[in-house]
Amino acid sequence: MSDTPKIRIRDLHMAFGGNRVLQGLDLDVAPGDSLVVIGGSGTGKSVLLKCILGLLAPQQGSIQVDGQEVVGLRGDELEAVRHKIGMLFQSAALFDSLSVWENVAFGLIHAEKTPRKEAREVALRRMAEVGLKPQVADLMPAELSGGMKKRVGLARAITTEPEIIFFDEPTTGLDPIIGAMIDKLIVEATRAVGATGLTITHDMASARRISNRMAMLYEGRIIWDGLTEDVDNSGNPYVEQFINGRAEGPIEMKIQDHFG
Amino acid sequence: MIPVLQPLGRTFLVFLEAAGRLALFTGEAVSHCLRPPFYPRAVLRQILDIGYYSLPVVGLTAIFTGMVLALQSYTGFARFSAESAIPNVVVVSITRELGPVLAGLMVAGRVGAAMAAEIGTMRVTEQIDALTTLATNPFKYLIAPRLIAATFVLPILVLIADIIGVFGGYLVSTYKLGFNGATYISNTIEFLEFQDVFSGLVKAAVFGFLIALMGCYNGFHSRGGAQGVGAATTNAVVSASILILSFNYLITEAFFAR
Repeated sequence: MSDTPKIRIRDLHMAFGGNRVLQGLDLDVAPGDSLVVIGGSGTGKSVLLKCILGLLAPQQGSIQVDGQEVVGLRGDELEAVRHKIGMLFQSAALFDSLSVWENVAFGLIHAEKTPRKEAREVALRRMAEVGLKPQVADLMPAELSGGMKKRVGLARAITTEPEIIFFDEPTTGLDPIIGAMIDKLIVEATRAVGATGLTITHDMASARRISNRMAMLYEGRIIWDGLTEDVDNSGNPYVEQFINGRAEGPIEMKIQDHFG
Repeated sequence: MIPVLQPLGRTFLVFLEAAGRLALFTGEAVSHCLRPPFYPRAVLRQILDIGYYSLPVVGLTAIFTGMVLALQSYTGFARFSAESAIPNVVVVSITRELGPVLAGLMVAGRVGAAMAAEIGTMRVTEQIDALTTLATNPFKYLIAPRLIAATFVLPILVLIADIIGVFGGYLVSTYKLGFNGATYISNTIEFLEFQDVFSGLVKAAVFGFLIALMGCYNGFHSRGGAQGVGAATTNAVVSASILILSFNYLITEAFFAR
């Protein structure tokens, strides 16, 4: 295993006007890791992913993917970095105007210039891996249930066999059984393509199932980072309050400030 | 004095910021229209959406405009026994002004709004972010095909609208006003100059570009869910309509001012 982290973030600052979302965030994701970043709603988890993808430009700090600096990168170089990354969006973000198989094969057809017939075959294989029958291939995304959309989104994320896969709140909006199935598929699919996983979620059950490492984001910084089996004995009152879902604790004051 | 100047200055700065953002967006969009990779399938789909499906609305607008024009010209010109000028008035008005402007406004309402709504929805449902993560530039995949298709298709639509509009004038003149059909057509051809049609087609290409630009720009920058998409749609139609009318004057001035 290489010593270079797959993703290395140092002193990342990101603000929207006066709202400072990330305030000196440091994070390393090793190759082959499945790291879950936990944290409350509005703590900047999605902003973190968008910064890594180059969709948002941070005011300060460094983001390296395979040792290559991403901040300030543009054009073809940035697209080459993005090509290494697949992403499952919270809402699946399927393209409404394309059929299911065209969604799954999108990266192959447009970024890798694979002929459509060949891309369809690959898409059908990927769909089978996430438990989708071939009959679904020609349906439109509007005809699918929430769980099926997530599966299609997952199939799309792994079709180009990316080196890194981001999962944005993978179980949000799903019932516990479908959520557990999606988690299982995420673990299997990530392992099948040998990808490094970075997930953001506030669903602790999902986080435990997916990850081998966890990090907690609070007030724009990573306040705890460790192995998943150690999360229950972190000794960090913020982490303990969050993973046990208690209303009382050090995070409470901030919630009151927020709504006060 | 300062309390009066402050909001003025703020508004001016907001205007400059918006103008700068639009200029940068236009520059990037045009540069992606000229550089590969191209998406011919997406361009063809837009040509179908913008051109073929706009034909009924543009055709109906043109035929009724031509008919009304002939009728109104007759009521005016009959006072001076100048009814023979009707074919001239109809063909020049349609080809130079009414064809491109009315087709442009109708397409702005139909297509500009749809573009803003589609791209705006893609923005707020993270589909544009998803495109980016699939190493596909949204300017190339979403915006360039719409700009190319609209700029190419509007002149064809306007040419068809010109023919239908003149035919509308012919119908009213021959069946209602008692003109001889053959004389009407020969007068029309005699008065018509290449520049009349050409200036209308140049206008159409510019209007097509503006309609797609406003639809894409407003959709691309929409924020805040359904309300944001609604506002983007309204802004796309209003801004495209105003730009069509102002550029119509500028192009007319460039072609015909002596």
